[in-house]
Formats: sequence, structure tokens, C-alpha cells
Amino acid sequence: MWGRGELCRVGLRVGLADPEGLFQPEWFWGSVNLSWKRLCRSSCPAMNLTVTVPNSTRSPSAGPGVSTTLPCLSRQADLLLLSSSEPHGLCYIETAELDGETNMKVRQAIPVTSELGDTSKLARFDGEVICEPPNNKLDKFGGTLYWKENKYPLSNQNMLLRGCVLRNTEWCFGLVIFAGPDTKLMQNSGRTKFKRTSIDRLMNTLVLWIFGFLVCMGVILAIGNAIWEHEVGVCFQIYLPWDEGVHSAFFSGFLSFWSYIIILNTVVPISLYVSVEVIRLGHSYFINWDKKMYCAKRRTPAEARTTTLNEELGQVEYIFSDKTGTLTQNIMVFSKCSVNGHSYGEHRVPGRPEPVDFSFNPLADPRFQFWDPGLLEAVKLGDPHVHEFFRLLSLCHTVMSEEKSEGELYYKAQSPDEGALVTAARNFGFVFRSRTPKTITVHELGRAITYQLLAILDFNNIRKRMSVIVRSPEGKIRLYCKGADTILLERLHPVNQDLTNVTTDHLNEYAGEGLRTLVLAYKDLEESYYKDWSERLHRAGSATEAREDRLARLYDEVEHDMMLLGATAIEDKLQQGVPETIAILTLANIKIWVLTGDKQETAVNIGYSCKMLTDDMTEVFVVTGHTVLEVREELRKAREKMMDASRSVGNGFSYQEKLSSSKLTSVLEAIAGEYALVINGHSLAHALEADMEVEFLETACACKAVICCRVTPLQKAQVVELVKKYKKAVTLAIGDGANDVSMIKTAHIGVGISGQEGIQAVLASDYSFSQFKFLQRLLLVHGRWSYLRMCKFLCYFFYKNFAFTMVHFWFGFFCGFSAQTVYDQYFITLYNIVYTSLPVLAMGVFDQDVPEQRSMEYPKLYEPGQLNLLFNKREFFICIAQGIYTSVLMFFIPYGVLADATRDDGAQLADYQSFAVTVATSLVIVVSVQIGLDTGFWTAINHFFIWGSLAAYFAILFTMHSDGLFQMFPNQFRFVGNAQNTLAQPTVWLTIALTTVVCIVPVVAFRFLKLDLKPELSDTVRAQMTPRGFLSPANEAFPQGWAAACWAVGGNTAHPLPGSPLYLRTVAWMNCSISGKGDTMRM
Amino acid sequence: RYSSFSRRQELDTLTKVHNPLIGTKTHPSRCPDNSAFKQQKLPAWKPQLTPATVLPSFFLTGAFCLAMGVCLILSANSVREIQFDYSDKCSDCSKLRENSSNWNKECHCSVNFTLKEDILGDVFMYYGLQNFYQNHRRYVISRSDAQLLGRNVNKSYCAPFTTYHNGTPMAPCGAIANSMFNDTIDLFYNLNSSAIQVPVLKTGNSWWTDKNVKFRNPKSYNLSSAFAGTARPPYWHKPVYLLDKEDERNNGYVNEDLIIWMRVSAFATFRNLYRRVKRIRQFADGLPAGNYTFRISYNFPVTKFKGRKHVILSTVAWSGGSNPFLGIAYVVSGTAATLTGFVITAIHLKLRKKKTFFQK
Repeated sequence: MWGRGELCRVGLRVGLADPEGLFQPEWFWGSVNLSWKRLCRSSCPAMNLTVTVPNSTRSPSAGPGVSTTLPCLSRQADLLLLSSSEPHGLCYIETAELDGETNMKVRQAIPVTSELGDTSKLARFDGEVICEPPNNKLDKFGGTLYWKENKYPLSNQNMLLRGCVLRNTEWCFGLVIFAGPDTKLMQNSGRTKFKRTSIDRLMNTLVLWIFGFLVCMGVILAIGNAIWEHEVGVCFQIYLPWDEGVHSAFFSGFLSFWSYIIILNTVVPISLYVSVEVIRLGHSYFINWDKKMYCAKRRTPAEARTTTLNEELGQVEYIFSDKTGTLTQNIMVFSKCSVNGHSYGEHRVPGRPEPVDFSFNPLADPRFQFWDPGLLEAVKLGDPHVHEFFRLLSLCHTVMSEEKSEGELYYKAQSPDEGALVTAARNFGFVFRSRTPKTITVHELGRAITYQLLAILDFNNIRKRMSVIVRSPEGKIRLYCKGADTILLERLHPVNQDLTNVTTDHLNEYAGEGLRTLVLAYKDLEESYYKDWSERLHRAGSATEAREDRLARLYDEVEHDMMLLGATAIEDKLQQGVPETIAILTLANIKIWVLTGDKQETAVNIGYSCKMLTDDMTEVFVVTGHTVLEVREELRKAREKMMDASRSVGNGFSYQEKLSSSKLTSVLEAIAGEYALVINGHSLAHALEADMEVEFLETACACKAVICCRVTPLQKAQVVELVKKYKKAVTLAIGDGANDVSMIKTAHIGVGISGQEGIQAVLASDYSFSQFKFLQRLLLVHGRWSYLRMCKFLCYFFYKNFAFTMVHFWFGFFCGFSAQTVYDQYFITLYNIVYTSLPVLAMGVFDQDVPEQRSMEYPKLYEPGQLNLLFNKREFFICIAQGIYTSVLMFFIPYGVLADATRDDGAQLADYQSFAVTVATSLVIVVSVQIGLDTGFWTAINHFFIWGSLAAYFAILFTMHSDGLFQMFPNQFRFVGNAQNTLAQPTVWLTIALTTVVCIVPVVAFRFLKLDLKPELSDTVRAQMTPRGFLSPANEAFPQGWAAACWAVGGNTAHPLPGSPLYLRTVAWMNCSISGKGDTMRM
Repeated sequence: RYSSFSRRQELDTLTKVHNPLIGTKTHPSRCPDNSAFKQQKLPAWKPQLTPATVLPSFFLTGAFCLAMGVCLILSANSVREIQFDYSDKCSDCSKLRENSSNWNKECHCSVNFTLKEDILGDVFMYYGLQNFYQNHRRYVISRSDAQLLGRNVNKSYCAPFTTYHNGTPMAPCGAIANSMFNDTIDLFYNLNSSAIQVPVLKTGNSWWTDKNVKFRNPKSYNLSSAFAGTARPPYWHKPVYLLDKEDERNNGYVNEDLIIWMRVSAFATFRNLYRRVKRIRQFADGLPAGNYTFRISYNFPVTKFKGRKHVILSTVAWSGGSNPFLGIAYVVSGTAATLTGFVITAIHLKLRKKKTFFQK
């Protein structure tokens, strides 16, 4: 049995065999060793070279001893395939996590090791592998196996990379080549960076500024102190001699500087950081708790895996999405077909549609659904074309069947498309039952018929078609062919012209819906011709040179003059709600780029089906150049076209003007018309080079939709990095597989789709949920609210600290700059912690400006976040100004009132303690009123905190000033009796009232005027919430003509969801009302 | 079809065993609770600044402030107040006091004045000081409330006036107590060439809590023994238990002049209540019109720190003394609020016209 040590020994030998010095000692000891340790300690129940896939029907008997799953091991290491359960050491894998492709791929062990099928043989295997050092190239591997004095070259064909999943293979043995961070997948995943939000960075800057401000205040007051001590304090020494050690006014000023730094330090909001984290935590919990982001099917709720990025969700401008598993479900469905010029597949029955009943067919797959009964009727009526159509589907494929018990068929398909087609044929009565190398058995409407399989003309990327040549039981030889329309339609017999036209129409229709289409055709072959051809084929097959070319020519020859049968349309099933989500996100001014490892055709198809690409688009640029020059040329042409169009639309003068300002970007951003860019991986590699990246970015950003296909995981990250670097915009990457990890880590925000294959993406992500459509809720509802709340919170927080602290500054001028505080020491301690913390926290956690439905209905509400309008340096200064204004009034009004005042019983009122209580009380009341004004959503919790804080203030005030505490600690509670004496005076209350009025009235006036003159969209939407709703008859007067006028003005920036009058009106109106967003005032 | 089906099964097994996020057990209740709190659907009041609420509130605020301001101004105007700066009135005294070695030399001076009208009601006598920084930090903290409560002296709070060089503690200690205002001011009513001393009350001038809670004499059989082992502060002429010769109970820490002085002022210019006119005999209604004289024993030096001393006679109203600031501030804010209300209304009406023009 292979133990743990045994495995590690083999693994280490890989590293030890290093005659050419390929491996650095550090690499070997540091990396291999460590990663091996990690590997051995990993969560797998037992590490073993045996790798099997758990099979629901058969227990893994071949695996010696303990078995472990490949998904487990494959999460850990890159393996060299030694042998497998399949003949010739073949091994089928799926690499969706690596490159996003979902079709099956074949890996083969080198012949000498493929015999090592059992453990005893394997135990004697003592080969040595010398290979390339770890790198990030997923499609290349170079190495040599030295075994029994022979050299065997190794290539990528022999490798099972970390991240791939075994399919249709029971078990396999592998030798670990790279483990842990050295695996190709991890090499591709990029570095983990500490993510911080822009608000965080701004906050840090602001706190530094505030610190500078604090030092300035300290210096001013210290200078004041020095002067005062020099002029006044010297004379006052009889009553108040200088402290010991202070011999000059200058030194006194120096000491006073430090005293003031201590007193005024509350202006630097230390508790801000804690409060911000608490608020973010609250927002994260709201994301976790959101029932509308819970996927019942996969039983996964949304999860905020970091609590530091929430408000950035409200500022996203670019979304980078993976395709497979993110936009699509990775399920292929036979949805439509065209047979002999007749299209099937529409929902024909009015009312509630029911799927076609396949109960006549005992072999039907119960999960298959088709909605058009017409096709089944045609089958039952015996339409020969339809029969031939399904016969082709049941014969022309490479699917393997498995019949576990009578009638219980399972198909193993190399690509899900093929599986979908064969399953469709199966349900319509043409059941592919079994195959041998020479025959195919099909149950045609209950009759078992065995066809002789004469040849398979396999699929490849150049041919884009596959054919089979079969001999029917009647002896007729027929070639069945299916393939891409562009290729196949050219190879039809001229008599098909009419039918071709009709079918082409159908094909265009299908393609417009984003379906994947294939054209089916057949050709009868003469016995003699076939004999001749097969002989030539045999000769070509055994030729040593130019074999591929000769075979291709022969295939080409026979696949000619075919008869058209029809076309199939397969739906690459999008995840639920993807087009709607993309439409809404686009309306919210978020640009979506699709980055996929999949083929260009597939990617473009998906682009169409999720409405990223539309037929209305002016042009879709496709960049496929293989050299730097070609790519540059293609990008240049695309830009020129866009600019030409905008020149002809806009007036030439303004264009010239813009050009003269030599801002290429601005020109490109002012482009009229909608464009899309599709770029291939190899072109992208050139486009991402340092000298072309800006050009590429400008072109791409001018396009409405960007699709990058055939990109490696690293390229995905590079694209994100590029946008981050030049656009200064918040980026979000969303993906489900290990190939998305790098981009998820690179983007400002990474979102993982959970509940799919692996959890690599989820582990690397900041947020995870199981459906792409939840993204709109995450951004438009949670993100928006988070941003709004955080901004309001920060504004208020800075305001209240300045209002609180600056009073000391003003008092400094009246107390000889002696660092005397205005307030009681306990008030200073408790102000930030008790009196004012909870109301603003409640606002930061619970506030809502508009209800969540409205955020979805008016995606433009998202824009203030992208433009960073709610909290920026300008807003900060407004808050600070308001705080300083408040502090001025807070000091000078009580000063004016109390300076010469006496109580109504003649006793003194202007004492320091009464002044402290008056100022503190008015401060608490003013900031409470202010938070009341700021709170837009008064839940019971807000009420409780706001009223509770006020109550707590008075309760604590009276407690601190009570006899009991004073009797215990007379020197600590000197304010005894102050509260009841001071607050019993009408003058004091009148002072507090006046201070409140003077502090709050201007704020209300400013806010009201802003609301009235330049309402934000959210204000307007909020106003709609009143019973006289937006759609109520009273407002129905909103004329369509006005909407249309705005629509025209708004032009290309708004895209309403089709078919909804509400949207048209909404969007038009938003374009008009959003115009005032440029300047915001917080007062 | 098959592959996706089997994959899901596989996934289920996998997630159960290996997914650390989901945990070993998958509960059917992973769905979040449908509570209003968790779904952020708590019932809430959503206030808005609508014209219907804002505009009336401006006018109401304005009206309130104006009315209050007028009341306060009227009230302040009803207060009679007379103030005399006597710091230079007795120039020889002020010069004498500039030299601290003359501390035990007495110096008297008088200030004459004439009341043209009666001052009716309670009349209060204040002393006022200018440029005396009672709010200086080092001054404010230089006191021991424990000592003033009759407890053992805690030295650390009284610097720099804690003890003498020989270790005798000062009673009361601290800079505040040491600098206590020690002028004596007597008011004489000159009636028919004879001077009648205006009867005044020394007690009942301080806050009740100060007199009864905050200040206590040390417990002993008599006052002088209670302060045995302590010495008067350096600038004092007499020990703390002899502050009031006439009233035995007004001595020690509970002496009201001391209590009032110990309640430090918020600003460098302040007035403290000194005496109340006792309303008996001809002073039953207040101070009748006529000639008066302040006889002042000038002990407190102010010229040294460029300060001023005042003596003030004042009545009170419900709003306190004669300070008109609050009334004026109210009138100004009331006017401002009302004007703002008008401006905002005008803007709003104009805008509404424009809006309706667009909408209809």
C-alpha cells in the first residue's frame, strides 16, 4: 500500500533529479518541501497516489487501499499521468476551472507507464523527471522522464493540472510534479493584495490633514500662550506663579502646545475607525441575511467574506465577468430546429405552455423538455425529412452510451452540445443505444437497427464539422454531416438553393436569439466510389509524411454536394435573469466586460443572448491579429471608424476643438453610436504590451461592450489591472472557477459564484453568492446603501468632532491660552463614546434614502457613488465648516449671555462650571438635532438611540453632579450640584434654545433650498414615496412628449428595459433631473 | 445531461466533506430568516423637508424668537444697575498695595454717589473684577475639594500653595483660596448729614448645594481647634476660622465669601455677589433715592496685573441681571429666521411656477 511517506519520496525524487541545475536549491527546499508539507497536512482524508473519481453506481474497486478523489488532489498538485482505468492510459478531463472550456479533453499517459495499472507494478516505478521550473503557461509543459535508462519526452498531453476534473475515467495514477504554490494554476492566480476602499484612503488622507490642522491650532495657541504669559501672566504671578521649571514665557508656550495637542486631539477621530468597521460589519451581515440573495436551489445564501469593502460596492464602474458558470449555467439545451424549411420550437400553444409529452417512448430522458408539439407530430406522422434529421443526430456523434439496467441510458459526451443533440434524438424516438468500433445500434421508434460504422471524419477547429459514413441494414451507404453553418452551407448541392435560403433565415433568427446553431446534411455514396475513397483513406492514414494534410483533403472531397436536412439550435442556458441584470447594470452606467477562456464564437453568441451585443449596434469590432502590427492596425481602424461616425453626427467644429485640446480620451468618450469590441487572447497579449495598452484601453472604453475570449487567467488579471491603472475607477470581477482567481484578487472587489464546481473563486473572493443576477442587488441595493450610509456617517462624524473640539480653541483666547478645557473631563470622555456614538451608528447601519425597489427601478440612482459625490474633499470641507460654525456659536452665544449674567436670585451665573454645563448641554442637543435631520429612516432603533442618548446625557450629568459621588471622591467630582442649579435657570435654557436655533436653521434653509432648486434624483424619488405616488393619476400628467424630448437629449447614455413604458419615462426623466448632480451641498 | 446530474451529486458529497465554508453539516435552514430586521424592512418614519413643513416652521421659529427677544429686552431694561470702578478712585491705596510688604497697612477710601430714583425690590451688591484670569487652567485646578469638605488635606491638588516651607499646610490651600477677594465694602445712606449703614445680608448669597454639600468645616469641638496645625494662606490677613467676626457660623470653609470666591468664573471679567440689601426700615422697598457712600477697605491689589475693580448695585428680573445680550440675540435671530422664511417662500413659489410650466 502506498503510504504517505512513499508518496512524498516519489515527489521529492522529482526535485532531487536535477543534473542540469534547473531548480534552485531555495526553490527545492523552500518551495517543494514546504508545499509538500502543506499537501500532506491538507484536508484530504489520506493522501495517496491513487486517484479515483467517486462513482455513484460503482464503488472504486480498482484503487488499491484508500482512495481519494481527484477534485481533492487536483486542488493541490499538477500530476504527470502514469496510468488510468481507460485503455491506452487515456484520461478524460474537464478544464472549466482552468480555461473556462466545458468540453472534455483527453490526456494520455506515455505508453511505458500506461501499463503500471496496479500498485505492485507502481511500487517498482522509480523513474526520474526533469522538467521546466514552475511557470504560468497552462498549455505548455516540457520535461523528460528517465526510466530504465531510457528517455521519454513529456508534454502537456501527459499532464493533469491542478484544477481539472476527471470525467468518464474511473481512476488514474499520477506522479506529482508541482504542488502547492508551484502549480500552474497557482502561478496564474497572482498575488493576494490587501484591499482597501477609496473611502478608506480618503479617510486616511483626511485624518492626516486633520492632524496637521491640530498641530496648526496647537502652534497658534502656543504662540498665544507665550505672548499672554509674557504680557499678562507675568503680572499675574502674585496670584498664580509659574510652574516650577518654567522660567520663560517661551517655555510656557512650548508646554501649552503639548497640552493643547492633548486637549484638541478629539478633533482627530480615533473612534472613527472603530465605528466605520462596526458599520461595515453591519452591512456585511445585511448582505448575509438577504433572503433575496439566497438561492433556494443550491441552498446558498450570499456571503460577505470581507467586511472592509462594502461601501465600494456602491461605486463600481467596471465589471469583469467570466462567462462559463457565471453568465451561463453550463447546461446545453436543444431548444429549436429547422427541418426541411420548417422551424420548430416556438411556444405554439396559447396560454400556459406545457412541455411535450414523451411518454410514448419508454427510453426517453425524463429531464428533457421541448415545447413545440408539432415536431413530435411530424415524427409520428412519419415525415421522412424529420426522421432523417433525427437519424443523423443519433448517428453522427462521438457520444458513448452506458446502460446500467434495461432502458436506463446514460450518455457520456465530449461536449455538452453533442450530448444535448443526442438526447433530443433519443426523446423523439431515435435512441442511440450502443456503439462498437464498427457498429452503432439505434432504436428507431421502437425498432432496433444496427448501422455499420464505416468511417468517422472527426471534428477539428479548421474543419468545424464532423461526419460519419454508415451502411444501413439495407446496404445503402450514407454520409451524415453536421457542422458550422458558414462551412456547411458552401458544401451543399446546388439543388438545395431554395431550402438553403429558408434555413439561412431560420439560422439568422436563432443566432439573433443567442443560440448555438449547427447545420445538418447528408449525402448518399455509391458503393464503388466509397470503396475507392476508403482505400485512399487507408493509404493516407498509413502515410508517414503530410498525413494530416492528405486526410483533410480526402475528407474535404467526400463532404461535398451534400443535401441539406436542417439546422439545430442549442441554447447555452444562461443563468436566470442574466440579460435583465446586465441591462439594469448598464443603465446604472456600469460597463461590463466579459473575459472568457472559451472560443470566440461561443463568447460572441453568449454576448448576444445576454443582450450585451445587439443587432442595433453600429458595429462590432473583432480583433484577431496575430502580430503586434496587425493588432495595432485593427485597433487604429476601430478608433477611426468610431471617430468618423461621431464627426458626421456631431458638428465638425466642436470635434476639431476637442482634438486640438489633444485629449484623445475625451474624443473617444464623446462617441456617438454603440460599438462593441471582441478581442482574442493572442491579440490581447500584444494589446497588453506597455506601448499599446493605452491605445487598447481607449478603444475598449469607447465601446459599450467588450468581450475578450481565449484569455488566460493571468491575462484576465492584466486587463483588470490595466483598467485600474488608467481609469481610476472601481472595478469588480466576478467568476466561479479557479481561472478567475487572479482577476478576482486583482479587482477592487472580487465576487465568487458559489455552489458551482470548485470553491477556489469563492475562497479568493470578497463576496460570494450563487447567481449572477444577485449582482444587481449587491450593487444597486446593498452597495448603494452602504456607500450612502458611510458617506453620511463620515460627514456627520467629522462635523460633530469639530463642533465639539473647536470650542476649546475659542475658549483658549479667553483663558490665557492655558489649555483649560471648556467641558467637564467626564463629558469629554463620554461625548464620543456615549452621547453621540449610537445615533450616528444607527444611521450608518440602518439609513435608507429610497426603498430597495426604487434602486432597481431607477438604476441612475447609482451614479452619485461612481462620481464619488457624497463624500469627497469638498464635502469634507463643508462638514468641517459646519462644525466650526457650530463651535463658534456654541462658544460665543453662552459667552455673550453669561459674561455679566446673574441668576434670577441674584447669585452668580457666570462661573466656569455653569458655563461648562450650558455649552455641553447645547452641544449635545444641537448634534442630536443634527443627526435627527441627517437620519432619513427613523426605525425604532434610531428613535431609541437618539432619544436614549439625550436621556443618557441628562442621566449621567445629574449622576456626575450628585452628592453621593462627590462625598466619595470630592476631588474627582467637583461639579457637585451644578446641573440642578444651572439647568433650573430659564436663562440657561433660553441660551440653549437660541444656540440650537441658530445652528440648525441655516442648515435646514440650505438643505431645503437645495432640495427645491437642484434636487438629486434620490430626493425626487424619495418625494415620490408620499401617498401621491409616481404612477398615481395625479402625476400621470407627466407627458410623453416631454419624456421623448428628454430622451432625445439624453441620447446614448440611457437604455430602458424594453417593453416597459415606466422605464422609458423613468429614464428620460432621470436624464433631465440628474443634470444638477455636479455640485452638492451638505448644509 | 448525465454529466451535469452526476456532477451535482459529486458536488454535494464534496461540499459536505471538504467545504470549510459550509461546514460539515448542511442544515436545511441556511436560508436567512425572513425577519423585518434582517431584511432591512423595519417600519420607519421617513421625514422629508417638504415646503409644507419647512416654511411654516421658519415663520414659527421667527415669531417665537422675536417674541422671546422682546420679552427679554423688556425684562433686562427693567433691571436697575449702578456700577463704580474704584480701582483708581483711591490712587494712594492702589499704590500702597502694589508693594506687597505693606500688606498689613490698612487703607480706606470712599466712593460717593447719588440715586436720583428709588431702586425698588431686592438690591444686590456685587464686586466685579476685570482681567483677573480665574479661568486659567493652573488656577482652576489649584484647590482641594476634599479639604474644603473638611477632610484630610490632599496636597497634590493645591500646587503651588500647598504648604509652607516648614511643612505647615495651608487652610484652605491652593491658588484660588489664596487670592481671595478681601476688600470690605460698606454702603452708607447719607440722610440729613448722618450716614446710616445700609443693612446687608452676608449669608444666603451662595448656592444652596455649595453651602450645604460642597463645603464643610472639619469636625471638632470648636472651630479654631478644627484648624489647628494649619496656617492661613500667605495673602490672607486672618485665619479661615476668623473670617467673619460677627457671625460665628459664617466662619471656616463655610464662609460665604469664600464659597462664592471658590466658584471660579468662566471668564477674566466677572462679578460675584457680595451682599444683599436687607429689606428693613427705610430700605424695606429697596434703596430710596438720595446720596450714598461706599466705604471700602482697599486690600485687594489689582493694578499689578492691570486689572480693575468694580462695585455694582443691581436688581434682578426673571431673566437675571441687566445683560441685554440674550434679548438682542433673540431679536436678531428671529428677524433672520423670518426673513429667510420669506426669501425661501418666494424662491419656492417662483420655482413651482416654473415646474408647472414644464409639467403641464
